[in-house]
This record gives sequence, structure tokens and C-alpha cells, in this order.
Amino acid sequence: MINDLLFMNGYAVYVLSAFGFTLLSFLSLYLVTKVQFIREQNKFVAKFGSLNTEQANSAKSQRINKEILADATNN
Amino acid sequence: MFKLLEPNKIFQITSKAPKYVLFLFVVVLSVGLVEALILSPEDYKQSDAVRIMYVHVPAAWISLGIFSSITVLSISGFIFKNKNFFLISKSLAPSGFVFNIIALVTGSIWGKPTWGTWWAWDARITSMLILALFYALYLISWRIYENEEKVFKISTFITILGIINVPIIKYSVDWWNTLHQPASINILSKSTIHSSMLYPLLIMTAAFALFSLLIFLMKYNTELIKIKNKGLDRL
Repeated sequence: MINDLLFMNGYAVYVLSAFGFTLLSFLSLYLVTKVQFIREQNKFVAKFGSLNTEQANSAKSQRINKEILADATNN
Repeated sequence: MFKLLEPNKIFQITSKAPKYVLFLFVVVLSVGLVEALILSPEDYKQSDAVRIMYVHVPAAWISLGIFSSITVLSISGFIFKNKNFFLISKSLAPSGFVFNIIALVTGSIWGKPTWGTWWAWDARITSMLILALFYALYLISWRIYENEEKVFKISTFITILGIINVPIIKYSVDWWNTLHQPASINILSKSTIHSSMLYPLLIMTAAFALFSLLIFLMKYNTELIKIKNKGLDRL
């Protein structure tokens, strides 16, 4: 079975390179998107940390801000 | 109804969903790869080269589907004056573009053993290349323009121009004499593909759709946090 998979009647180089390119593209897009997400999340946490108490309370009144902070803490 | 789609309300779901979608994607992709590379039969004419279909066809379908969705959402954004539609469109575009590139590259790899050439200026292939250019223009427009109103207008204009190309891609194999084979799967008429090849194809399509959902969710969350970062600056 392994031989069949590696040879594929002489087409393995085409088939595996097509699948390889696809999986590599998936991995690259996933990593780039993940890095962008973490960068924005870290920027948010840093900005939030620099707020004074009044500003922080005002920001925390928005549920989404609390969610972002909680999500960043969990990660 | 649109109030239910407000970013503030749906972030709770979109922030938690990626890990579940990733798990589901890995499971479905694993099943799909076993089906596509091992269990599905070889073609009587193309032999094992036919297996490239399991990545080429889903990638092409999804890139076309995403571009159509982006156009509908952008136009709806204008009609209903809803910025969230533009945000969803912007978050969908990267995966659509990558799927378009995958369709072109895997098509080129498939072309070599079946047609004897890596590339031909065939109507289907050329129209898919044009779609990739529209995707690139759409993504570039979001990078170039800072002004929100301007980028909404320009990106929508690009999608309206680009959507004209979508039916051309679909019917190119019927309208012109092309190297590319006609569609084997038809919703309105009987498909000419055997179930032993159709099921792996559908499983791989489901895996690709889950991947585009995963990237969309991650990108959408990133865009929401970007907006909130700007909000903190204003405090």
C-alpha cells in the first residue's frame, strides 16, 4: 500500500506536489492569520494597561472589551 | 435582524468558535485525505493523476463562492448602510484568494501529465487568473485607502467588475472550445462522476469550507480587535 501511495502509477510526483502545495498554503495562511491576531490582541492588552482607572472602567463597560481581555488571558 | 449581527454581540461566539472549527477541520481533512489518496479508485483514462481533482476542484469552487459572497455582502453593505457587511467581506477575501491560487497551481500541476503542458491560455484557466487579479485588487484596495467611505466604494466597485467574470468562468467550458473538461457535477442535471469519486470530493470540499470558515473567524476577530484598539486611543 505504501508503495502504491509513493508510486501512483508514475503520477506520485504530480499528485503529492499538488497536495503538498495545498497543505503548505493552508499552513502558511493559518500561521500568518494567527500572528496578525495575536499581534492585535497584544496591542489591545498593552493599550488597556496604559489607561487610567477612569478610562479603564469606561472601556470595561463595553462587553466586547472584557471579552477580548478574557480571551487574551486564556491564550 | 441586522442587530443580531452586531460585532459587539457576536464576538462572544466568534472568539470561541475557531478552536472547535479547527478541530473539526483536522478530522474532516484527515478522512478526506485517506479517501482521496488511498481509498478512491484511479481513473480509467487519467490513472492516479485524477487524485489532483480532490484539491483542485474544491479550491476552485470555494474561491468562486467566496468572491460571489464578497460581492453580495459589499452591495448589501451599501444598500443597508451596514459596515459589518464590509468587515465580513474583508475577512473572507484572504482565504478566497489563497483558494484561487491553489486552484491555479494544482490545475497547472494536473495539466502537465494530462495535457502535456503546465499552462495554456485556455478560457477557463485565463478567466480564473483574472479572478485572482480581482482578488488581489480587492485586498490591495483595503491596504491603500485609509478613508473608510472611499475603501467601501472602491472595494465594492472592484467586486462588481469582478463578478462579471464569475459566470464567464462557469460557462467558459461550454461557450468556447477549451482544453479544460466540461463540468462533471451538475446540480440541475445528472452528474457524470461516479459516487466512489464524488464522496471523497464532497468530503474534501467540506474540509476546505471549514478551513475558509476558520480563517474567516480569525480574520474577523482580528479586525474587531483593530477597531477596539482605535476606540481605546480615543478614550
